[in-house]
Amino acid sequence: MRDTWLIFRHHTRITLRNKFAILITAAQPLFFLVLFGPIFATFGSWETLVPGLIIQLGLLSAGMAGFGVVFDWRSGVLERLRVTPAGRLPLLLGRVLNNTFTLVVQTVLLVAVAYLIGLRAPLLGVLGAMALVVVLGVSLAALSHAAAMRLNEHLFAPVMMTAVWPLMLLSGTFLPMSMAPQWLSTLSYVSPFRYVLEAMRELFAGTYASGVVAVGVLVVALFAAISLTVGTRVFSRDNA
Amino acid sequence: MIDVSGLTKTFRNGVEAVRGVDLTVAPGEIVGFLGPNGAGKTTTMRMLATLLRPSSGSATIAGHDLRSDPRGVRRSIGYVSQSGGVNPVNPLGDELELQAMLYGMSRAEARSRIADVLATLELTGLEGMPGGALSGGLRRRFDIAFGLLHRPSVLFLDEPTTGLDPQSRAALWEHIRSLGLTVLLSTHYLEEAEALCDRLLVIDGGRIAAEGTPAQLKGERTLNEAFLEIAGRPA
Ligand SMILES: Nc1ncnc2c1ncn2[C@@H]1O[C@H](COP(=O)(O)OP(=O)(O)OP(=O)(O)O)[C@@H](O)[C@H]1O
Ligand SMILES: [Mg+2]
Repeated sequence: MRDTWLIFRHHTRITLRNKFAILITAAQPLFFLVLFGPIFATFGSWETLVPGLIIQLGLLSAGMAGFGVVFDWRSGVLERLRVTPAGRLPLLLGRVLNNTFTLVVQTVLLVAVAYLIGLRAPLLGVLGAMALVVVLGVSLAALSHAAAMRLNEHLFAPVMMTAVWPLMLLSGTFLPMSMAPQWLSTLSYVSPFRYVLEAMRELFAGTYASGVVAVGVLVVALFAAISLTVGTRVFSRDNA
Repeated sequence: MIDVSGLTKTFRNGVEAVRGVDLTVAPGEIVGFLGPNGAGKTTTMRMLATLLRPSSGSATIAGHDLRSDPRGVRRSIGYVSQSGGVNPVNPLGDELELQAMLYGMSRAEARSRIADVLATLELTGLEGMPGGALSGGLRRRFDIAFGLLHRPSVLFLDEPTTGLDPQSRAALWEHIRSLGLTVLLSTHYLEEAEALCDRLLVIDGGRIAAEGTPAQLKGERTLNEAFLEIAGRPA
């Protein structure tokens, strides 16, 4: 617990020192919001679009968190920390929680801008969606770290940048999957993000006690459990 | 203090880096680890520092079994890796503080301990710098600072003096001696081995090829001649 907190605090201090990096990672969904949102709003609602952009943000921010570990691996910092008695799960979790913190800050920014240009989701719904974002951020960041440690460092960037797109499109980030032909919609059920996204859309629409929300919560919790297990296993690999 | 028997490591690519190493280091003893490039020094030390799982063999370090109590081992040892672990972009003071606190120190303890260690290594005033802004030798001294921070009882130093100027090197020797720790130190500098170490181990091709005090290994020759004879490759 203390180790997790120490690692989290350390990395968060670094994050806060690089505020521009927080903004630039959030830039892509912000562009979509400002430059694509007004078109989408002519036939859809902001409450449908913004949750999709939150998923996009999650994939681009927490999903790319593994870059940090590649960097620390190369500079020998990770190995130095692995010789300390700090637990292996805290070494991972402290970083992952920092990535999640960053994601939450970015999501707040995205939602705030969305409010300025037309979003009208109820506060309770937004808070509920935020809770899902936290769990989603933990999962994505943990998986990203695992991928970064597993893949060779030249492969990590291209693989992740490529993987992000089918995941985004299949979750219905830009257009809801209800508009997709049957085969595509069926295929999209393999992506955990579809369930989370649909739950967030319900929450943004002000429906809290629905089956869709329950399924979304369940899927994201399961996803987090699996991601953290995989992440810790990869992180403690090669230890005596 | 360090007891190793039958240690081996075969990497996934089939390289047999360590092929059965037995070694003992007594409390307070400084043992030099010599051997040509690729002999298995770093691999052995990384195994003993819990960074690499041995393929076979066993080791006890400061009373902790390497396999069953890696955390106990980690608590007792300091390890300075061959390639270092200094963060190039973050102020080193922050990194030192995190490291110290991960060993259980409070923030106040950490700060006073960091000040002490930096003073002994003549690094005071540089803690606000990121590693990338330091010269190679200063960076190396920070690597050593990280290894000493928590007053370990056993120290693994993998070529600690590479890149240090002669004054810093002599100062480090003196400092290591004064600590009275159990030390296993790899080096390619034979004069360093001779000046600093109580005993030497020569590893070649993953096996201990010779062992003894500098005087025993030398006999009538210089240490350099002895070394070339033990681990020499035809030129
Ligand atoms: N991760 C690895 N995967 C495969 N082979 C490795 C790995 N690390 C080291 N080796 C191999 O193991 C052997 C021993 O390497 P090691 O780094 O232990 O040598 P060393 O004695 O420290 O050499 P040097 O004096 O150059 O530092 C070498 O043949 C090296 O190529
Ligand atoms: Mg080496």
